[in-house]
Amino acid sequence: MTEHSEHADFESSPDAYKVKLDSFEGPLDLLIHLIRKNEVNVYDIPIALITEQYLSFITLMQELNLDVAGEFLVMASTLIHIKSRLLLPRPDPSQDDQGIEEDPREALVRRLLEHQKYKAAAELLHERETLRSAQFMRPDARVADAAGEEYEPELEVDLFSLLAAFKGVLERASRRPHMVLPPEEIPIETRIAQLLDRLSETEACGFEDLFADGDGSRGFMIVTFLALLEMIRLKLIRVFQSGGSGAIRVYKRARPTDAPHPIGDPQNP
Amino acid sequence: MMDNSLKAIVEALIFASPEPLTPKMLFKLLADEPKEDVTATIEALKADYETRPGLQFVEVAGGYQIVTRPELHEWVRRLFHERSTQKLTVQGLETLAVIAYKQPITALEVGEIRGVNTSGVLTTLLERHLIKIVGRKNVVGRPFLYATTREFLIRFGLNDLGDLPKIEDMAEALGFDPPARLIEQAPAEEMLPLEEPEA
Repeated sequence: MTEHSEHADFESSPDAYKVKLDSFEGPLDLLIHLIRKNEVNVYDIPIALITEQYLSFITLMQELNLDVAGEFLVMASTLIHIKSRLLLPRPDPSQDDQGIEEDPREALVRRLLEHQKYKAAAELLHERETLRSAQFMRPDARVADAAGEEYEPELEVDLFSLLAAFKGVLERASRRPHMVLPPEEIPIETRIAQLLDRLSETEACGFEDLFADGDGSRGFMIVTFLALLEMIRLKLIRVFQSGGSGAIRVYKRARPTDAPHPIGDPQNP
Repeated sequence: MMDNSLKAIVEALIFASPEPLTPKMLFKLLADEPKEDVTATIEALKADYETRPGLQFVEVAGGYQIVTRPELHEWVRRLFHERSTQKLTVQGLETLAVIAYKQPITALEVGEIRGVNTSGVLTTLLERHLIKIVGRKNVVGRPFLYATTREFLIRFGLNDLGDLPKIEDMAEALGFDPPARLIEQAPAEEMLPLEEPEA
């Protein structure tokens, strides 16, 4: 990259750049700035000019020891690529059976316009936020908790409650005396099949009971837990908790048709 | 129950509710009343508030809320020390805008539109409960899909996503036609839900 006369157009104080860089958050912002500054048509970007200015801007950023993000360099190569394509002789349209070739700039223009649109959307959102923050509502300190949309006696548990319950299982297991036996490895798929068998017998089952089946080893419990997580993902079971800290229960469920397919396991419940 | 007493009850409930009170919740709280009556009462109340000088009846996140009129904010703010709400950065707002219009969307797709890496901003938005992970896209790597939350609607005073400023309005403001890609919805079958949608 060489020195360009455009340098003179930029503010020379490094402090000025600090401010400016905020608005050039990404390469698209910088391009928009250059297009506006040169007062050129976004649908007919003079690529040679804009590329030159873009590159000199990046050079300057590097000279100022600013961290030039990879995105800026990717855009630089995109610009150079477009420029080179524009320099190539166009294929004769009569010999081109592909039909009319797209202007190499078109994809870039689409990105610029879309980017601009979301900037405008962000501004409109900001206006809404400002208006909204000027509206005050009354909080009452006595309101401990809203009654909520649903008066559900049971809440579907989240991952953290599940992990906390599993931690409890492991802690209790560690207090029990244990012998070291040759490890018996159970694949998660096998454990899923076992759990499905077991759940089909009872319909609803305590979360912790599911860990009592095996040899009590940590490995077995972890396999069981991973199997349960996978079964939730595959929509084979539902897990509920009464209240915020009650017992966690596992239900087998009718598998919805849109459920994900198990990886490498065509088995159906 | 007479019309006016029902109106009084509905008004009191909306006023006292710490969150926008949804029609569903109102129906539940007023289970003895015919739904049509409750709906009509809400409409009547809304009309009443057109002319209230200091208060406003707003529809936010699918519910109703009674709030002070925004033009009075300077006076209301004298009342208390305001908790400093962390303002969203420009990056935060722009990322949120992309997600709001194109949800569900992956981090990579957000980055493509914005031309920058957005993972840090996404974390901030997640922490502030403005966006949530709603599933995984059924493509290589199964990336997370992000969507806006109810908190987002409340914070921006939107009733639902259809209440977002229209893309066409923006096109007018900017002087160009929106690319078609902007309007079309992501195909639903590409999404793997993390959890069962509410029945």
